[in-house]
Amino acid sequence: MKDGGMTAKVSIRGLYKIFGPQDRAMVAHVQGGMDKATLLDQYGHVLGLKDINVDMQPGEITVIMGLSGSGKSTLIRHLNRLIDPSAGEILVDGTDVMALDDMHLRALRQKQMSMVFQKFALLPHKTVLENAQLPLSVQGADAATQDEQGRKWLARVGLGGFEDRYPAQLSGGMQQRVGIARALTANTNIMLMDEAFSALDPLIRTDMQNLLLELQKELQKTIIFITHDLDEALKLADHLVILKDGAVVQQGEPQGILLAPCDPYIEDFVSDINRARVLRVRSVMGPVDRDRFDGDVEASSNLEDMIALSDGDTAHVYRVTENGAPVGQLDMKDLVKALVPRVAGR
Amino acid sequence: MARYEAIFDALGLRAWCDADKADAPLSMAQLLAQTQGGDAEVVAPGLPFPSLDVLHEACAKIGQTRDLTEGLENGFLSIRAELKFVLDPITQPLSWMLDGTLFVFESAPWWVMMPVLLLITWAVSRSRAVTGFVAFVLLFFAFIDHYEVAMQTLAIVFVCTGISVLLGVPIGIGMSKSDTAQRSIVPLLDLLQTLPTFVYLIPLIFLFSVTESKLYGIAIILYAIVPVIRLTDLGIRLVDKDVIEAADAFGLTAAQKLSRVELPLALPNIMAGVNQTIMMSLAMVVIASLVSAPGLGVLVLRGIRSLDLGVGIVAGLGIVLLAVVLDRVSKAALARVDTQRKAK
Repeated sequence: MKDGGMTAKVSIRGLYKIFGPQDRAMVAHVQGGMDKATLLDQYGHVLGLKDINVDMQPGEITVIMGLSGSGKSTLIRHLNRLIDPSAGEILVDGTDVMALDDMHLRALRQKQMSMVFQKFALLPHKTVLENAQLPLSVQGADAATQDEQGRKWLARVGLGGFEDRYPAQLSGGMQQRVGIARALTANTNIMLMDEAFSALDPLIRTDMQNLLLELQKELQKTIIFITHDLDEALKLADHLVILKDGAVVQQGEPQGILLAPCDPYIEDFVSDINRARVLRVRSVMGPVDRDRFDGDVEASSNLEDMIALSDGDTAHVYRVTENGAPVGQLDMKDLVKALVPRVAGR
Repeated sequence: MARYEAIFDALGLRAWCDADKADAPLSMAQLLAQTQGGDAEVVAPGLPFPSLDVLHEACAKIGQTRDLTEGLENGFLSIRAELKFVLDPITQPLSWMLDGTLFVFESAPWWVMMPVLLLITWAVSRSRAVTGFVAFVLLFFAFIDHYEVAMQTLAIVFVCTGISVLLGVPIGIGMSKSDTAQRSIVPLLDLLQTLPTFVYLIPLIFLFSVTESKLYGIAIILYAIVPVIRLTDLGIRLVDKDVIEAADAFGLTAAQKLSRVELPLALPNIMAGVNQTIMMSLAMVVIASLVSAPGLGVLVLRGIRSLDLGVGIVAGLGIVLLAVVLDRVSKAALARVDTQRKAK
């Protein structure tokens, strides 16, 4: 078994996607080092994804981030085979999705993976409740179960009382809540979210992110989340994958990527974000080397909280605790350095 | 006229040309001249285009254009028996349906028929204004003694529209699912729509007896089925790709996708097609009355034949009135389908 294959819920191995009539034949050229422009010039094929290897752990939110055209939406559609790869494997619980016949593929889509879409993709001629029940009615569940589950998840996403409305009567944020309720009603372990919050305005987006984190705390699903927004990615991700031109540039724990970007592209990316809000004390603390502290702080606090706590005084040093036990110390001077990417990098 | 003869002589084909000279049938020019009541112009000035007729004069072995049309006719006549053998039983139910519906519409007394029609109107439109309008039109027809012919026309339109929808929607679905099917069917639909309506009466008259009702039934259906096919195809192709993708992502089977997503979302377009189909089958009833279809068309024809201005115009306006009624009722039904889904 390859690395991580034992525990990963979803594994992508050596995935290539090339668009064009002879995509499989083109894989060898790309493996041989041909770049996107040459492939288009000489063979008229478009390189979509190149040698993607990602493990998605159970109960974690894996965020795949990239700008438009980076192939992120193409990538997520491979997981439930809305798009077929040109080469490579997609393993779900160790089963190769590529080997499934139509019937088993439908079973996978019904029982193991649900999906939330950027443009909501609700059925406009069905009520909110009927939309939320869709996965169960497709599976042929009885009416009572459908009704109970549909109402339960609508209430859970804050749409109790809206069951008999039609999607067009709801705001964008509420429509996406229906989209999430529909995915939750399917009761799958894996949830695919394709730019699920990108079409919403910023305040609603923050609400929805909080809703997702709250649901996730309770449900512990394996979530694969696509976004082009780094702030959103850093807020949600347990594991962050950064995609550029169809290839993975860097992946790992988000704070690590933020503090040690391995590529000028990512450096550019992370230079614009509010580091004080994203970075946690845990990521900038050092080992304990004294016994007098100005106070105790939680390892999971972000740096913005710390600046407020210290009232901007860089002379303070705090003891960092996690679950009550001391795990390190935070010198406010280190904190200030961490706020500036170039200084922190040295 | 011997301009092209030299060419055949030069090619050494003279003997072949003159091998069995016989009396030629009429040339195209002679045929046209005959229909216009004059003599064929024998001498054409200048250099005539080397058409079949001109070449025939130079070389008898080459056929005339009339041979082409006659060949087509003979070809059709030679397969006529086989064609009739296959088509007759298939289309026979159409005759029964038309005759049966006509019988019902004619024999049901007006005090049964009118309430039934109004109930149907109310059921599909749920609009007081539309139902009231239909009531007014029915009473008007009865008042001017056109009730019976109007019912005959209505019966024919009902049957032909019903069959057009029954056949057209599945064909449209098939077209929307396959680009190859679409590419091959669209030219056929173009042909049906542009072929002058009288022209497809010609082979039908050869195939079936003029007294059979399926003759005009087929003519009307061939003409009227086009919009419902086109708009079903278009409607399904226009269904939001995101919704289709969602249906796939939740594991709907092809049949579930069709019945739960594609058809309901394409319904406004399909209904628009049905509306057009109704209008076109109504437009055909005058032509259909040439081949024994009863109804308002017969009165229009009589108006033309015997220059009976009043009869023709009243019947013609009656057709318009019927068209307006059918259009309003089907549009009201379409609007109801639309508001149900949007519920804005």
